[in-house]
Amino acid sequence: MSKVKTGIGRRSFIKSVSLAGGGLIIGFSWLGCARNTEEAEKELGMQMPDEWFELNGYLKIGDNGIVTIYSPNPEIGQNVKTSMPMIVAEELDVDWNNVLVEQAPLNTAIFTRQLAGGSQSIRQGWESLRMAGATARQMLLTAAASQWEVPVSELSVEKGVISHSGSDRTIGYGEIAKAAVKVEVPEEVELKNNGDFKIIGTSRKNVDAKKIVTGQPLYGLDIHRDDMLIAMIVQPPSFGMEFKNMDAEKAKEMPGIKDVFTIDTYPEDMEKEWSDTGAFSKLVVVVGDSTWQVMQAKKALKVEWDLNPEMVKQIEILEKSPGLMDSGGLENSDIHNSLMAQVGSKKSEMIRKDGNPEAAFKNAARVIERSYSCPFLAHNCMEPMNFFANVTGDKAELVGPIQTPEFAEKSINKRLGIDLENIDIQMTRMGGGFGRRLYGHFVIEAAVISQKMGAPIKLVYTREDDMTNGVYRPAYHVTYRAALDGNNNLTGFHVNAGGMSESPLFANRFPAGAIDNYLAESWAVESNISIGAFRAPRSNFIAGAEQSFLDELAEEMGKDPIEFRLDMLKRAKNDPVGENNDYDPARFAGVLELVRDKSGWNNGNSSQSRGVSAYYCHNSYVAQVLDLTLKNNEPVIGKVICAVDCGIVVNPDAAKNMVEGGTIDGIGHGLYSQLSFKDGTPQQSNFDTYRLIRHREAPKQIDVHFIDNGIDPTGLGEPPYPPVIGALANALYKATGKRMYKQPFISELQGDFKT
Amino acid sequence: MAEFNITINGKKLKVDVDPSTPLLWVLRDHLKLVGTKYGCGIAQCGACTVHLNGSAVRSCQIPISSVTDNKVTTIEGLSENGDHPVQEAWLEHDVPQCGYCQAGQIMTAAAFLKSNPKPSDEEIETAMNGNICRCGTYTRIKAAVKTASNSHIV
Ligand code: FES
Ligand code: FES
Repeated sequence: MSKVKTGIGRRSFIKSVSLAGGGLIIGFSWLGCARNTEEAEKELGMQMPDEWFELNGYLKIGDNGIVTIYSPNPEIGQNVKTSMPMIVAEELDVDWNNVLVEQAPLNTAIFTRQLAGGSQSIRQGWESLRMAGATARQMLLTAAASQWEVPVSELSVEKGVISHSGSDRTIGYGEIAKAAVKVEVPEEVELKNNGDFKIIGTSRKNVDAKKIVTGQPLYGLDIHRDDMLIAMIVQPPSFGMEFKNMDAEKAKEMPGIKDVFTIDTYPEDMEKEWSDTGAFSKLVVVVGDSTWQVMQAKKALKVEWDLNPEMVKQIEILEKSPGLMDSGGLENSDIHNSLMAQVGSKKSEMIRKDGNPEAAFKNAARVIERSYSCPFLAHNCMEPMNFFANVTGDKAELVGPIQTPEFAEKSINKRLGIDLENIDIQMTRMGGGFGRRLYGHFVIEAAVISQKMGAPIKLVYTREDDMTNGVYRPAYHVTYRAALDGNNNLTGFHVNAGGMSESPLFANRFPAGAIDNYLAESWAVESNISIGAFRAPRSNFIAGAEQSFLDELAEEMGKDPIEFRLDMLKRAKNDPVGENNDYDPARFAGVLELVRDKSGWNNGNSSQSRGVSAYYCHNSYVAQVLDLTLKNNEPVIGKVICAVDCGIVVNPDAAKNMVEGGTIDGIGHGLYSQLSFKDGTPQQSNFDTYRLIRHREAPKQIDVHFIDNGIDPTGLGEPPYPPVIGALANALYKATGKRMYKQPFISELQGDFKT
Repeated sequence: MAEFNITINGKKLKVDVDPSTPLLWVLRDHLKLVGTKYGCGIAQCGACTVHLNGSAVRSCQIPISSVTDNKVTTIEGLSENGDHPVQEAWLEHDVPQCGYCQAGQIMTAAAFLKSNPKPSDEEIETAMNGNICRCGTYTRIKAAVKTASNSHIV
């Protein structure tokens, strides 16, 4: 057992204890429909207790032994609403069948990082979740010991029942909880040894699964309240444009329409949070009784738009670059691509240099140079952006899907001047996040609209609004160069990476550290397209590019692609170049070896074309082998074998689900998806033109293997996505004889991809 | 606005809406049956799938005026206790990630298995191809459809 100080959470523990029974945490009950506990009773066959006792902010125990655990972080499909409470339940030593899970609201007094992003929920919550369970367990034991007048050391717990070794006395948590609330919060608690885990490492079903498969209200878009109005936005048709004027007479007359007006979400003098990123600040808003009525009124509006001088200026400057046609300062994908290829690399900045790469390239017997690129991507969460807001006087109630509730609260405070303690943010289950819901402009929009209307409103984006009002995955471009000497040894490596309008470079990741002469450069070109994090930001492109290049390099050097990587990792482990390498070469090699063995790589036992790839990001390591065949120039993906090192796997079957999903999502985006622009207008606005991977195109089979090393857990929402694009590109090469340099690969496969 | 008498999940109901209102929005906004999801509004994603006389249809494409006396079944009415074989198979395989697309997937699968109780893998993929899942649960969906197809009671 390891002892940990409970210090971090002490403030919250004391606070919640002092409020025990007073309802510190009020779970969000579905507006307008009395559900929660009744429902739970019905579904789980659980008898609800008469009284609850809150031992700390993470949990409460009912007088009958039922335990409610609050899941602190937003649930976007990564399944933390199940796995985070599992960690609490483990240390609490309760029967998982007696646990109810509720989504905690934003509560900065209790929880430290209520954010879904960077695959960090489990990694960063690991200690505090365990501590919350262990602290409550300790308090329950202390209460039982003092009731029986025996030392705590003589007590043990099994599934929420305390027993005394010297006598045959037992007592359930439910019976002692009332006394435990009064026990002083321990200064220090003991955590279990990994070998003693009973819940962690066992597969537990998604706690919301039954509600999901029976269509119960769970999502922001499902919120309903009797006096609630529906609000929708009308936005500029193109990036670089802004509102000029409108004729709303006809729309206002339409049935059910309450008002049409404009809002400025982020006035110039507002101090923004980093999450206050959005495509358009000034929007036209239509408010009415029902969604369909508002949708019709939107169409009847006549709005005039104008160029926004600020937004077009940046691009006009860029266009002065030689060879580019004038486009009036509005974004065009063709121009972007040539800008990235020609202009970007010329303004790059050196980020890392080891040895003497210039000399290595000068003295090289041959230099291999390849460039890779990818388009902008829209997040396309299946649940479009939406939020419920009820702003009354100096209070704001906000409910909906948001990955960054804490930042949203601060933004509301700054935008509306409402005190933080009067802002109540509740999180619904989200129909996908993928980074899109980090940027809570829609929360502010909803609040501003509600304030203006003096009524509760639900802001709803149509799919078209959602897709064309994005905070997109940037378009990227990277050039790799490798210097080989006369004996075909790799003597120098050069990466030059950038994008619109950020660089995807990670200068200290593999293969940095494995090559004596290494140069990494970075650049960005301006754009007025709003960009942001998209599942595995930057890695989602550069992993595929790098892993394709290494594959091509291995082939040029006459080496097996896995052995080639393993040799480099051996070098990075035994004699690393530089000091800032941010990966563990042994763990990296571990997943490659595992995928090699599980796929039978060395036996060549696949009749299909196979490609391999491996990458490290978000603290986890993933290697994949992908098998495919071609049918009418369309790839048919047979099998993907995944080897994953994310340390301790909390919920194995759910973790597998996550790896399967990330793999399919990565394949889909690398192969099929793109968002392109013409004169600032997104050329895809719904799923008829924007291609997302579908059932038929998904791999027939995905095998997932985890490394079992007992290391504290790291993230899984993102790491399986980036490398699979490399495995796909390498397998496509085997099938076609053609290397894939440009995403989406389908356009390389089928010539000009027209959408 | 006009009055329409419709039968949803075996219940006779009356709604007063514009005749062009898609069934999807009548269900969600007016009847508070929010299990049927909005994903695209243009028949591309399948999130809004319901059964019309037992066949899977896109409720975003069906104006309320054309529902007439056809029987509508939504995810809420697929089974009384959430124990339709397809729902049970979904639970067994713990299919959902974010879960948003899953009601539509289940409705498509349930109607499909009724017409083809013992489908091949390829038939499953084709039948399910109109339902998008951004989270990428396709392999699990296929496994769950197979499990449900073996349950003999679809
Ligand atoms: S919402 Fe009807 S098919 Fe997408
Ligand atoms: S489970 Fe998230 S879209 Fe399918």
